[in-house]
Amino acid sequence: MLSQIEGSRAVAEAVAACRPQVVPAYPISPQTHIVEALAEMVASGRLAPCRFVTVESEFGAMSLAIGASATGSRAYTATSSQGLLFMVEALYNASGLGLPIVMTVANRAIGAPINIWNDHSDSMSQRDSGWIQLYAYDNQHAADLHILAFRLAEELSLPVMVCMDGFVLTHAVERVDVPEPSQVDSYLPAYTPRQVLSPARPYSIGAMVGPEAFTEVKFLAQHRMQSALKEIPPLSAELGAILGRNVPGLVQPYRLNGARTVVVTLGSTFGTLADTVDELWADGHAVGAVGLVAYRPFPVDALRAALAEAEHVVVLERAFSLGAGGIVAADLAPAAAANARVYTAIAGLGGRPVTGAALRGMILAAAADRLAPMTFLDLDTDLVARDLAHVEAVRHSGPTAENVLRHVRDRSTSGSPR
Amino acid sequence: MTVERTRFYQVGSWAAGNRLLDPESASVQADPHRANALTCGHRACQGCGEALAARWVLDTAMRATGGQMVVVNATGCLEVFSTPYPESSWQVPWLHSLFGNAPAVAAGVAAALSAQGRTDVRVIAQAGDGGTVDIGMGCLSGMFERGDDVLFVCYDNEAYMNTGVQRSAATPPWARTTTTPVAGEALGNRYGQGKDLPRIAMAHRIPYVATATVADLRDLEAKVTAAMSIHGARYLHVLVPCPLGWATTASDTIHVARLATQSGLFPVFEARDGAVTDVTKIRHRAATADYLRAQGRYAHLFTPEPRTEVLDAIEAVAQRNISEYGLVDDVEEAAP
Repeated sequence: MLSQIEGSRAVAEAVAACRPQVVPAYPISPQTHIVEALAEMVASGRLAPCRFVTVESEFGAMSLAIGASATGSRAYTATSSQGLLFMVEALYNASGLGLPIVMTVANRAIGAPINIWNDHSDSMSQRDSGWIQLYAYDNQHAADLHILAFRLAEELSLPVMVCMDGFVLTHAVERVDVPEPSQVDSYLPAYTPRQVLSPARPYSIGAMVGPEAFTEVKFLAQHRMQSALKEIPPLSAELGAILGRNVPGLVQPYRLNGARTVVVTLGSTFGTLADTVDELWADGHAVGAVGLVAYRPFPVDALRAALAEAEHVVVLERAFSLGAGGIVAADLAPAAAANARVYTAIAGLGGRPVTGAALRGMILAAAADRLAPMTFLDLDTDLVARDLAHVEAVRHSGPTAENVLRHVRDRSTSGSPR
Repeated sequence: MTVERTRFYQVGSWAAGNRLLDPESASVQADPHRANALTCGHRACQGCGEALAARWVLDTAMRATGGQMVVVNATGCLEVFSTPYPESSWQVPWLHSLFGNAPAVAAGVAAALSAQGRTDVRVIAQAGDGGTVDIGMGCLSGMFERGDDVLFVCYDNEAYMNTGVQRSAATPPWARTTTTPVAGEALGNRYGQGKDLPRIAMAHRIPYVATATVADLRDLEAKVTAAMSIHGARYLHVLVPCPLGWATTASDTIHVARLATQSGLFPVFEARDGAVTDVTKIRHRAATADYLRAQGRYAHLFTPEPRTEVLDAIEAVAQRNISEYGLVDDVEEAAP
């Protein structure tokens, strides 16, 4: 049904249509509207017999989902940022045990400094956790991906994280065609677990494995994770046919035909990027975009195909690895054509807007081969210089975050240019 | 829980599991058809109190539930010695997730069973003292507060034995562990009194809290049976001596546990809805020094010479327990 609806509410409706049986939740901004909506649906009886459990921490939330999933119930939760980090031990456990839990990550920066706004440093930090990661580029996509996620998780007996940009998507009200329960029913069969805790057939789950078999267990985990790359295209095609729209599951190419410069990104930035690409084509520039939907497993073949003609590839990332550089760029390098130049642009950290103007400048610089291998988009170099000078001058220089804020204030009161 | 006790004139004792009893009043362990939930072949040390207690707890619960039961286990000795795969000693549906999350995992199992309408299947979670009072405490308190339908059993051997006898918040003062060594002026564990988890559980006003030891297995059995007869969050705290960590002889496990209760250092009681409802009285008051002297972890309190100020302080703890819980009826009997 077409609705003018908040992203969180649309996701909650999509999750509800998947009939979860156990939903543990611990509140953290900007995930809250999703679980509040589910709490209301459970309380009103609409989701019966689903159990909504308010837990004491995100670690508890994921642990409760583990117990529920191992008992044969469809389990769902949502989190963000620090909450995702607080459940890390349980994340690895859920994937190691092969439990098909689905979780929304309302992407948000990680502190310190504490910051509630959007970037991808939370979910990117969990790229090795054994969870499938799908990134939504708008709220329609976010809602649809959750339905794909439950099906994929249960087909493979692997947990799936659906990542959507905090606030930018979770709190944005826009038109979404909310999937009907009847549509979802025809796509998502009842959960038939590969393993279940049951007195009818008692066995031990979660035993210790030593050097004699640990490598093989991990090899099989990799094998299963990689098999998602084959599973996703037919599953998203099937879902797309039912919903009557495209539900990209691996990558979303945009105007690649003839494009010499291509920007690859994840999440909601894709929308701004597509607009910028349109403008640049209109101005006679051959540029394209790729929205990366599946990040784990990494769709290297799909990207290689998408980037085959690209001479300049810019990876636009909302997170980076301190001491190294672009995270996605490092994964993507083998997928770029042999003679292509690959650049990393770090953008949108901690909620900084990624503007069309900035993207336009970045793309034109890359097309002219003037872009540095690693760039911080819209970096306030004056502010950085002020703090570097301060730290150089004073040994007891104080806390960095507070100092930078003070530099901002000093600059505005002294009226010096940015 | 007031247990009807039978003194067997044939052997002159209250021996547990004695086959002289009629089948209705016999111990679960006397039943050849018992579940053997934790069956033989596991790798616990000789004299392990935890293995003994777990076997009694789970076999009793299996009887109480007609075999309709799921067990969640925290990381720890019990998990490690029972499941070096492909071997497993568990003859129950058993799930091990992590060290600190057994209460939440069990709550998830209970929620799933409830959503599936499986009201016949019951849930037990178990952990050592580290998994209960330290790393698992947040999840456990959450489980209590929500009233999840889980019996949580803590097998308390008063330190992290699996990793090599490090101090936990359940380690009693002055006990020697590898992280509270006896060196220089340091006399072993030096902080506070240890977390009193049964009292913390009671503060949540959950329907059932009880303590027990391996020295009275019929009492343990009765408490598991009582716990499984009700729903909601329940807590059972079982003192299980560890020959390795306590530096006791393997054959002394039951004896040392009995000294713990008879000295007054480990009160055995039952509480319902936050109030103590039954206390197991001390039958023959034992000297706290005898309890301590039986364990190498307290050797420094006796050699090279007795640390009387410490021994007096420990005796004061016992006296406080005796008066707080009413462990003896006659004040004179309270004297060691």
